[in-house]
Amino acid sequence: MRNVLRGYTVELRLAVVLALICIILSFSAPQFATLSNATSLLNNSSVNLIWAVGLLVVLIAGGIDISFAVASSVVQYVAATLLLSIGGGNWLLGFLFCGTLGILLGLLNAWLIHGFRIISIVVTIATFNAFFGLLMYFSRGRNIYGLPDWWTARIFIFEYQNAQGVWSELTLAVGVMVACVVATWLLIQRSNIGRQLYAFGDNPEGARRAGVNIAVMQGVAFGWMGLMAGIAGLMQVNIVKEVVPNALYGRELEVLAAVVLGGARLGGGKGTILGCILGVMFVAITQNGLNLLGVSPFAFQMIIGAAILIAISTSNIDLSQILRRKEVRQ
Amino acid sequence: MTTAPAERFALRLHKVSKAFGGVQALNKVNFEVRAGEIHCLAGENGCGKSTLIKVVTGVHQPETAELIELFGEKVDRINPVQARQMGVSVIWQDLALFPHMSVAENIAFDSLVGLTPRAVRSRDMMARSKAVLESLGVQLDLAAPLQDLQIAQRQVVAIARALMNDAKLIFMDEPTASLTQSETDRLLDIVRKLSANGVAIVFVSHRLAEVLDIAERVTVVRDGNLVGVYPTAGMTQAHLGELMTGQLIETEVTARDRSDAPTVFAAENLTRHGEFTDVSFQIRAGEVLGLTGLIGAGRTELAHVMMGMRQADGGQMRLNGASYRPSNIRKAIAQGMAYVSEDRLSLGLLQKQPIADNTVISVLRKLTTATGLISERRKAEMVRHWIRELGVKIGSPDDPISTLSGGNQQKVVLAKWLATDPKLLILDSPTVGVDVGARAGIFRIVRALADQGLAILLISDEVTEVMFNADRILHMADGRLVAEYDPRTVTVPELEEHIYA
Ligand SMILES: Nc1ncnc2c1ncn2[C@@H]1O[C@H](COP(=O)(O)OP(=O)(O)OP(=O)(O)O)[C@@H](O)[C@H]1O
Ligand SMILES: [Mg+2]
Repeated sequence: MRNVLRGYTVELRLAVVLALICIILSFSAPQFATLSNATSLLNNSSVNLIWAVGLLVVLIAGGIDISFAVASSVVQYVAATLLLSIGGGNWLLGFLFCGTLGILLGLLNAWLIHGFRIISIVVTIATFNAFFGLLMYFSRGRNIYGLPDWWTARIFIFEYQNAQGVWSELTLAVGVMVACVVATWLLIQRSNIGRQLYAFGDNPEGARRAGVNIAVMQGVAFGWMGLMAGIAGLMQVNIVKEVVPNALYGRELEVLAAVVLGGARLGGGKGTILGCILGVMFVAITQNGLNLLGVSPFAFQMIIGAAILIAISTSNIDLSQILRRKEVRQ
Repeated sequence: MTTAPAERFALRLHKVSKAFGGVQALNKVNFEVRAGEIHCLAGENGCGKSTLIKVVTGVHQPETAELIELFGEKVDRINPVQARQMGVSVIWQDLALFPHMSVAENIAFDSLVGLTPRAVRSRDMMARSKAVLESLGVQLDLAAPLQDLQIAQRQVVAIARALMNDAKLIFMDEPTASLTQSETDRLLDIVRKLSANGVAIVFVSHRLAEVLDIAERVTVVRDGNLVGVYPTAGMTQAHLGELMTGQLIETEVTARDRSDAPTVFAAENLTRHGEFTDVSFQIRAGEVLGLTGLIGAGRTELAHVMMGMRQADGGQMRLNGASYRPSNIRKAIAQGMAYVSEDRLSLGLLQKQPIADNTVISVLRKLTTATGLISERRKAEMVRHWIRELGVKIGSPDDPISTLSGGNQQKVVLAKWLATDPKLLILDSPTVGVDVGARAGIFRIVRALADQGLAILLISDEVTEVMFNADRILHMADGRLVAEYDPRTVTVPELEEHIYA
């Protein structure tokens, strides 16, 4: 058991904090611990979590991505235009278009990083600005309404009405999010490609000497991020029912904060799906709780900032070391 | 294979050259290893040994090469995966392991490399790495992240990893650098066993006794040029050292009596639970005190307490007569302590920073002018001084430290600490990976510093090192000081028997 825990110190700590927050909130805000609040939390976090697992892969491989949220907007806009021009399409074409476009944008990042040996933060800040600028230019900042019906249809994968007549429901986005989480878990934990991503992030020179193909690893990491950005874009339209070019601008930092809170190491080689989920839920629940308590939304930004500082500065106080110290003494 | 059995080669290189910028790391070098042979590659720090290994395994491409032949097959452009598939394994000098991955995954990592997607079989990896570790006679926690291991254990992991791939040719680039005698002996046994099974081994080490003990032939390289290939039978350490450096290096006992000098540092009944118990000793001004013993004896832990990096549970320390109890390393340094650590490659250097900055980082205050800025002129002077003093082989002081050969990096760390002008200098295995010539140079400096009144604690696994360079020798075993010897009245074999018995 201790072995299992040792690999998950950050996650364990975060889970404890999250549980405490939930307990406090369920006493101080009566609406918090209800099924309908839980399902709406999940619905509202699904897009963030799809992005988060994509970003996790990039962080594990030692990179960082600032451009993904804006990339989702680009995908939405281009896919909507293309789909409307071929008469509407369907879900299959939607996934195909959005996934492919996302992957292409991710590969563009990977190519710039690897081909020109520029660090990822610089490249993705540049592409972030380029994507956004081009999008605003071509869309003239105008929203696209009148999207195909399949895309804006409300699809529930779970519905329940309680005695008071309050509905609790989970949307399609939650189902897609679960699929993305599982797929990412398979990639990074269960496939040799994923393990090479960890190795590359951990010690790039060591990985190179072992024969890991560095170019492909960058491609996989940013391509996966792009795929997730494409799918997140698709699902976000399904939730809001229109394409708003600047709707996602600024969301990247919130997601980055969540993933880092979940224990992914800036610099590579470390990070888990569990931590990623907990990080996103931490951000979502804090926001939801403050909202229910009627606190100013600016307090939320402060709390997330403080939480990151605390998480990063205490993460070298390692639980496992304290456990081991005891063992030696005995 | 087409050649006659007596002439079967695992590896043949003809006129291989490789340059990095202005440094000619290899200059038309020939190198041949017979199948099943134990072959040593010897030479000073920076002469090109690791570069040669990297060229053979496709990590670097040579500028020119007349022939590279592996197991009788000519290879043109090889990459690391092809090299491994042909049966070449490497234990890298810098280990090239993955700190956040588990021990098992580090050992079995090579099986994961490749672009064909496949499932990771963790249980299988665990079982296989366990088997290899057992064949090495070592037990390690397979699930622990590598960074929790001590360097000696990490070295074992790197060895295990090289043994995983059923190799027919294994390069071992200073595999024993951070191992102690008993672990080294076990590794050398394994090397002999592998060789008996037809595996060729190329062994790189700066411990010449070991080289002469294990190898059949030795290839000597100096400044990227081939000096020659020699059988080890009848070769002496002195002669090999001379071939490597081009000068004769003599060793003799340098101990002297310092018993009337004032005491600089004293430990009384120092204890830290689970690490060492009731340790009492004194170091006098101008004295080189040797501290030896097997690994796990508590030597490094003791040094950490002296530097305030850990706290003692009992006993006390005195520095220049006053009670001394540093709560952290900065306080220890401020009071005149200096510590060249065992794990200096990861703890002691800023790998991406220039050599010059690494050298002066600990003494920046001395280099500041009245305006509070760093004087570039004084900095350049100081860097030049230490590079010359220690014979560091570099291109330019502005190159990043990571471009230096392993041994030369060690010298820079030493320079960095010597530049702080301390009262008590702790040297923890200061010559790991340093070549014979430079070792002699380092100990000449150590002796000169002692003559100026500096007190020195020299921690070393190598009996000959404390024997020839210390004034007194303390023997530590299982966390206790068990004996004290005078180098002038004890012999190397006697000392070895006491320690390894
Ligand atoms: N990547 C690099 N860039 C620039 N110079 C390099 C690089 N790698 C090695 N060198 C230089 O090539 C020379 C040979 O280095 P190499 O690492 O092969 O030495 P070595 O014989 O292994 O020494 P040691 O015994 O200290 O390990 C050195 O002068 C070194 O500074
Ligand atoms: Mg080397």
